[in-house]
Amino acid sequence: MITISRILENKEIEKNIFILYVEFTGSIRPGQFFMLKTPDNSFLLPRPLSVNKVADNQVRFLYRAEGKGTIKISTMKKGDELQLLGPLGNGFNLDMLRGKIAVVGGGIGIAPLLYLTECLGKQAEVYLGFKDCVYTVDEFKKYSDRVLTVTEDGSSGEKGYVTDYIDYASYDAVVACGPEIMMNKIMKSCKESNIRCYVSLERRMACGIGVCLGCTVMTNYGNRRVCKDGPVFSGEELI
Amino acid sequence: MADLKTKAMGIEFKNPVLAASGTVGFGEEVSEIFDLSVLGGICSKGLTLSERNGNTGIRLWETPMGLINSIGLQNPGVDNYINCELPRMKSYDTVIIANLGGHCEEDYFEGIYKLNESDVDLIELNISCPNIKTGGMAFGIKASSSYDIVSKIKKICRKPLMVKLSPNAENIPEMAIACEEAGADGLSLINTIQAMAIDIKNRKAVFDNIYAGLSGPCVKPIALRMVHQAASVVKIPVCGLGGIMSAEDAIEFIMAGATLVQVGTANFINPTVMVDIINCISEFMDREEIKSLEEIRGIV
Repeated sequence: MITISRILENKEIEKNIFILYVEFTGSIRPGQFFMLKTPDNSFLLPRPLSVNKVADNQVRFLYRAEGKGTIKISTMKKGDELQLLGPLGNGFNLDMLRGKIAVVGGGIGIAPLLYLTECLGKQAEVYLGFKDCVYTVDEFKKYSDRVLTVTEDGSSGEKGYVTDYIDYASYDAVVACGPEIMMNKIMKSCKESNIRCYVSLERRMACGIGVCLGCTVMTNYGNRRVCKDGPVFSGEELI
Repeated sequence: MADLKTKAMGIEFKNPVLAASGTVGFGEEVSEIFDLSVLGGICSKGLTLSERNGNTGIRLWETPMGLINSIGLQNPGVDNYINCELPRMKSYDTVIIANLGGHCEEDYFEGIYKLNESDVDLIELNISCPNIKTGGMAFGIKASSSYDIVSKIKKICRKPLMVKLSPNAENIPEMAIACEEAGADGLSLINTIQAMAIDIKNRKAVFDNIYAGLSGPCVKPIALRMVHQAASVVKIPVCGLGGIMSAEDAIEFIMAGATLVQVGTANFINPTVMVDIINCISEFMDREEIKSLEEIRGIV
């Protein structure tokens, strides 16, 4: 579960947005994540990054270099080593995602949705919302025939918010990952339309395995740990 | 192969390395990663008489080589611990330690009565949690209050009692002596150091509780000094903790006088670190031709 793995590639695809390929062998469910740490002590705690794509003997992460940890990770080069703990978390339950599924991502929250879309295939209709610059949209198009891009400034695709374009009632279930405000809106709309909804949450984490209780969220069924009981939760647990 | 067996508080430990409270939960998750039976012991997540949901808001904040936490003793309560967690914990071949906190004297007494009837091997009395308003830290600042609560608890406690001291205590040597005189079977220190962080964009404290507890490698030199002070003035065993990341750190604590050590924050960084620490202590002893830790304990 814990390995020292070699970086195969780490490249910036848009400003501060990186794609990282790391050696990994083992099975991973869509929606799961890893805790990543550089072997030096430039930062203390490993950082949780969700799995963006899986290939033979490698795992791919899509991340934004924003804080101390991810900025340090973004400077790592091919051949450098990373401490990898995972895969962690419950991931998406594909058995619950039958029929026509709306996959909705906002910003860097699209990261875990590419692998999910690959697993869902044609049943997925994808909505990707960005502030201005868009990334990895073409990759979603490989797996889904319907990918709608929305930008806040209209510089690419439709203009506005991704939530303005979803006809909830036409889906059997909706999956979302992105800003909390977006996910809350989606959960509310799904509840109103009586559609099943699953969201992947992000929280500060220390351990990633469910022992530090730093990522606790209060749900309708009591405290849950985002790292161990999540990161995927159903809408009915949260609203 | 060096002998790491350690006897303290009437208990035989396989080795002196224990998991610190709040850093391995009740062992279940970590047992999926390595065999907990290799450990000297496991301190449970801090327990309170009744279940607690813990604190609201941000609970973790990384600092340079440190971690500030404000978990707020989220725990299932003593009864649930005894009924749901302890039977599984007892299946690990290691010393099982219940960490007990309280809001008031009566809470501590009630918790002790329940744990008396359980299979726990040792009770670690938390009079030092900085993260809940009545988290027991009030009992851990003044030596006279500590003496008072520990002596009352000692009268009813039928398990060996290790008192966990706060680095926020007014005077560590006085505190250590007071707890020893009150009948404590051992001491553990340090709990987290009260700390804070400010979000300058929002102009607000990061934590809803304003203050929280700092741990990790940045606190180690302070912890080491306090363990040295405590171990110098008491005869009961001292369990040293605070920022231990490696076998070298653990050996420093032992040389400062610690009989046992606990590993805390390091478990978050690498969940198998305690296995490495145990193995590397043993290798160090072989290299230095140390047959028993007694040879180096308190040597400084």
